[in-house]
Amino acid sequence: MLDELTEKLERALKKITGQGKITESNISDTLREIRRVLLDADVNYKVAKQFIDNVKEKSLGKEVLTSVTPGQLITKILFDELKELLGRTGSELKLNPSGLTVIMLIGLQGCGKTTFSAKLAKYLKNKKRNVLLVAADVYRPAAIDQLKILGAQISVPVFSIDGSAEPVKISVEALKYAKENGLNTVIIDTAGRLHVDDDMMNEAAEIKSKVNPTETLFVVDSMTGQDAVNSAKAFHEKVDFDGVVLTKLDGDARGGSVLSIRAVVDRPVKFVSLGEKLDSIELFFPERMASRILGKGDVVSLVEKAQLQFDEKETEELEKKFKENRFDLDDFLKQIKMIKKMGSLKSLLAMIPGISSSMKNTDVDDKKLVVVESIIQSMTKDERRNPKILNGSRRKRIAKGSGNSIQDVNRLIKQFEQMHQMMKMLNKNSGKFSIPNIKNMRLN
Amino acid sequence: MAILPNLSFSKLKEGLSKTRGALFSKIGNVFSNKTIFIEDFSAQIEEILLESDFGVELTEKLLFAARKTFKDKNLNDFDDFITIIKNELLSELKLSSYPKLLKKNIAVPYVIILLGINGSGKTTTLGKLAHYYKTQNMKVIVGAADTFRAAANDQLKNWAVQANVEIVEGTMKDPSAVAFETVKLAVEQKFDIVLIDTAGRLHTNKNLMNELNKIQKVVSGLLTSAPHEVFLVIDGNSGQNAKIQALEFGNYLNLTGLIVTKLDGTAKGGAVIQIASNFKLPIKYIGIGEKIEDLEIFDPNNYIDALFSK
Repeated sequence: MLDELTEKLERALKKITGQGKITESNISDTLREIRRVLLDADVNYKVAKQFIDNVKEKSLGKEVLTSVTPGQLITKILFDELKELLGRTGSELKLNPSGLTVIMLIGLQGCGKTTFSAKLAKYLKNKKRNVLLVAADVYRPAAIDQLKILGAQISVPVFSIDGSAEPVKISVEALKYAKENGLNTVIIDTAGRLHVDDDMMNEAAEIKSKVNPTETLFVVDSMTGQDAVNSAKAFHEKVDFDGVVLTKLDGDARGGSVLSIRAVVDRPVKFVSLGEKLDSIELFFPERMASRILGKGDVVSLVEKAQLQFDEKETEELEKKFKENRFDLDDFLKQIKMIKKMGSLKSLLAMIPGISSSMKNTDVDDKKLVVVESIIQSMTKDERRNPKILNGSRRKRIAKGSGNSIQDVNRLIKQFEQMHQMMKMLNKNSGKFSIPNIKNMRLN
Repeated sequence: MAILPNLSFSKLKEGLSKTRGALFSKIGNVFSNKTIFIEDFSAQIEEILLESDFGVELTEKLLFAARKTFKDKNLNDFDDFITIIKNELLSELKLSSYPKLLKKNIAVPYVIILLGINGSGKTTTLGKLAHYYKTQNMKVIVGAADTFRAAANDQLKNWAVQANVEIVEGTMKDPSAVAFETVKLAVEQKFDIVLIDTAGRLHTNKNLMNELNKIQKVVSGLLTSAPHEVFLVIDGNSGQNAKIQALEFGNYLNLTGLIVTKLDGTAKGGAVIQIASNFKLPIKYIGIGEKIEDLEIFDPNNYIDALFSK
């Protein structure tokens, strides 16, 4: 489905290729498709509308440079705008250097608060903080037991009051307990609640006013749909929060709700959470998220990465060497490094719109690249330039030096020789042969 | 949390119409040009549907059909437009007009497995279903086959106590062993309903998805006709990813129905309507609160009325 979308976007973009300037009429189709991409990623309807208006405003009248197509230009503007909005303010977690740091987690039911609180506890423990987890969810059956079990797994104490049904009291007592026991970081796991439940929202606000948290984090399921704007707004108005945590990102949801939240409450994402293992917690990278929202088969990041990483001159140089059959192992190494700069082979494959989904699922082993790289790096300059001198003892040395088997070395040399043979043939048959070049991967 | 049982339809309606008010007040302007007002009607319905997670595809499909009917019948009124949309939607949900599960109509024991991603509300729903069937005078047993999440067993046990039903606890580490035990006991002791809770899992996790297969095999190995129902539980807050979830879960197990949870907030659950429409699956129940009785049989008419109530 994603590929289908990308194709549609491309088609819309194609229409404006070859026109010198971006105008209202030549981008309307593109904007429609962009809207669709955003809606499919769960960006709120109104937010998407506003966002597209911004992109349109920034694009209109823009001169299209000869090197890029209007489509690429808009896509780049779109991508930059997304990145900018997602990463506008710092996303660092505030921690008091001395005294108590209190972090309060709030959110809807089932968004992943309890699991995340344990992950955060582990993360902060690794940062040499003395952490206390607080089980303030007295409503969901066994929520306290769940936190206790998780706490035990990571050797972090869990504060709870058996039989108490007063989350405010539990939280206040927990702070006392932390101070008395030399613990400097308190994480309060509150019950999941609906933003329209006034009693529960008031309770959360009361906990907040009593414990005065250093950070209040709103935990959101990355699969949330359109309603994210309503819940985020209500939590923001009634409890207020400093940052957002995006959970379940190990799935394949595109997480557009994070853009909606940013648009209505303007709070940064501070962490992302991706799995049930307690160390699967990561900091937030706006660029990565922007790509994700725009879809996996994302042309933007290919264009971006290509522009940034690929030195066209170097490519031309390589191409020339190819044609003249002067391509040696050093050049081979250079090419591998260039490819590696652009990301994993699998992710590169996934970014190329024309590639079928069956192909995308083939296991591309990046480790093989590493093996090849290490073997070439263990060769001397002379050996790289002139592989013919690689006799048995040299090969043995290279294998040992690179930590690979001699078969690996033999295989590489054999493949390289075959490549040379092939090039010779190709060069004879046609003068047009060129190595697969990023220039040919453009969308238009 | 003050949830009034038996008043849930009005509550659902209230929830669904919360953000509606302002929208409809705009209507009432006089239009001189029909094309313009069809466009305007479409735009307003489009906003409702898209903001309710119906997705671009289904929204466009519904609007296309509605515009055609509207033009063909030469109608003028916005209410007519809404009626057409409602009928279109109803036909997408025709499978969901599902009769109540009655003891006299079911094979015994009737085995129901609940599946879904993490946090969708499986265990809570299972507790509610146990209570619901119990109040229908059926003999109910639940199996805590979520042996993965910390304290999931305790959570279900708590519900089992509340619902006053039997439980096979997940003390064994293997979920299929729990499922096996539960069904075996149900056959031996002539239970009517078997409810099996499973661990939440993301559809992208192959290993955990394969585990579901194993549970099904074990169950049908014991009782050929089982499982009689495999319900996918979906959070009403879900966005477009829910479709992929349904597709993936459906690849591993033969789904027979959907349950939408957390519809007591402002989320409209449109993603689940897409699933019902795309995969020809009935929506069987909806969850509308945290209390054991906060479960309802899904009624497409009520749902659609609530969605478009002014």
